Amino acid sequence: MMGQVITDTLLAVRNLSVTYPGDDGDVRAVRHVSFTLGRERLGIVGESGSGKSTTGRAIMGLVGHPGRIDADELRLGDTDLRGLSERGFRQLRGKRIAMVLQDPKYSLDPVMSVGRQIAETHRSHLGSSHRDARRAALKMLEDVHIRDPERVYTMYPHQVSGGMGQRVMIAMMLIAGPDILIADEPTSALDVTVQSQVLAILDELVRRRGMGLILISHNLHLVSSFCDRVLVMYAGQVLETCAAGKLGEATHPYTRGLLAALPRLGHRRAELPQLQRDPAWMADIA
Amino acid sequence: MIAPIMNPAGMITLEDVTIAYGTGARAVVAVNNLTLAVPEGEAVGLVGESGSGKSTVLRAVAGLVPHASGEITLAGRRVDRRRTPAERKMTQMVFQDPYGSLHPNQTVDQILALPVAIHRLDGGEARIVRALAEVGLGPEHRYRYPHQLSGGQRQRVAIARALILEPRVLLLDEPTSALDVSVQAEILNLLVRLRRDHGLTLLMVSHDLAVIAHLCERIGVMTRGRLVEITTATAMANNHVTHDYTRELLRFNAGFDRSSVASGNLDAAAG
Ligand SMILES: Nc1ncnc2c1ncn2[C@@H]1O[C@H](COP(=O)(O)OP(=O)(O)OP(=O)(O)O)[C@@H](O)[C@H]1O
Ligand SMILES: Nc1ncnc2c1ncn2[C@@H]1O[C@H](COP(=O)(O)OP(=O)(O)OP(=O)(O)O)[C@@H](O)[C@H]1O
Ligand SMILES: [Mg+2]
Ligand SMILES: [Mg+2]
Repeated sequence: MMGQVITDTLLAVRNLSVTYPGDDGDVRAVRHVSFTLGRERLGIVGESGSGKSTTGRAIMGLVGHPGRIDADELRLGDTDLRGLSERGFRQLRGKRIAMVLQDPKYSLDPVMSVGRQIAETHRSHLGSSHRDARRAALKMLEDVHIRDPERVYTMYPHQVSGGMGQRVMIAMMLIAGPDILIADEPTSALDVTVQSQVLAILDELVRRRGMGLILISHNLHLVSSFCDRVLVMYAGQVLETCAAGKLGEATHPYTRGLLAALPRLGHRRAELPQLQRDPAWMADIA
Repeated sequence: MIAPIMNPAGMITLEDVTIAYGTGARAVVAVNNLTLAVPEGEAVGLVGESGSGKSTVLRAVAGLVPHASGEITLAGRRVDRRRTPAERKMTQMVFQDPYGSLHPNQTVDQILALPVAIHRLDGGEARIVRALAEVGLGPEHRYRYPHQLSGGQRQRVAIARALILEPRVLLLDEPTSALDVSVQAEILNLLVRLRRDHGLTLLMVSHDLAVIAHLCERIGVMTRGRLVEITTATAMANNHVTHDYTRELLRFNAGFDRSSVASGNLDAAAG
């Protein structure tokens, strides 16, 4: 079994493009993106608007009208996701593939307590009783290091802090035990201590359960210390792919530009260098 | 421009402030006996545990939540939750969650025009153009809806909306956590410039110690509703901090370290 783990392809994406038609021309949010995901931690980094979230949403079937998806291959295990109906996606979402959206509070139901939302996810995917679902939800809240889960269970989204909201979302996405988790900036509102604890949980799910994880993040240190591989996106395309630990040694001027823009504790500079974009980068796309 | 009034005690002061949500038996004390002063033109940072009350402190300064006891002053004047229009204009807040804070059915143009109209300011058109330019958004973004913008672009709209009223105090709740590192650099450079050119006073919350240290010389550390240490960027960089929690923050700040989190959490995760 172990030998299989490395070669297993959970998700195959080939030539994925997402286009939003607009009055002043189409927005080509994702262009010809290809990658595969195994039982690993795959990071996606890149500047704002480079198409990271849209890539994730396309895989989840969450690109709304009038957005258009084209792909030569978009395959989850042996399920072809191209042209899958909304109903088909609903059966996959949560159970086989889940996504922690970038703005957690926006994706929670404002009029239902956060605990019940987690429990309902458990019930709808696993057909559990109210009591079991409640117990599972409380356990999950505890797992994501929420202090006082009983109290937080009853709270409404507007009552939880930013970091609590993110962990509620993570709990909700993990509760049905998906094969693949796409986490879009899942820890940006967490302090570094809790962030490490939450990442340890995801790490554990990858190592023990063989979950595939796509971690979308602006935090280059985090991606490079946590992930196995990294895709660097620019203008809707994958500009380079590298081993996560080697991100700091990346040579492309775009990636170097991102690294240089980071403030560093103990190395204060009057001004932080911003990215100087070069039209030639468009030609560098693999 | 209004001539700046010097406030030696602090542009913002909190004296023994306690803040609770709800009343009676269900009350949750979010901030406990907090004392902090931010001199005019200074940038002070707040870091700390998730749920420790950082956003609550900003909300109280902005007049969005009442404080149960203690005293808050702005520009030397005591304030409570009810604010005069001038007091409201003086402190602007940029929220942690750019989605929640932008109305989904309003274009960027409408979002920026609203505060101008509420405060009956003239030169609305020029203000909108200037605010967009200041945060690095092009005219092509002006008539888009929030869902047509990336996460980073949305946060820039939120900052533009705060700047459009030319406040003297900017309260920033994780202003760059949704931004890419280049836009973050741009926003941090912008905040440094605004502080220098307009003498803006900043109180900023962030989980990123390097971000806080870049902008703020003094940094308050919070855990469980309490301000447990006021330190400096330099002290943090040199690991000269006194509270255990601050040390822990510094230890985890280096990135994900499998060995340092591996113990303890494995069993919780296995379930
Ligand atoms: N519904 C939409 N209609 C039109 N354009 C859109 C829509 N959604 C996204 N876009 C555009 O597609 C591009 C990619 O957006 P996306 O949200 O994927 O970026 P991102 O890499 O996740 O950015 P960020 O880091 O800021 O979250 C952006 O230029 C964005 O403005
Ligand atoms: N409207 C509310 N009703 C009840 N409790 C609330 C409300 N808003 C916040 N709280 C509670 O107050 C405490 C402090 O929340 P606050 O949002 O200030 O934390 P924070 O330090 O900003 O956390 P984070 O870093 O996760 O954003 C938390 O326990 C939170 O659940
Ligand atoms: Mg995004
Ligand atoms: Mg907060």
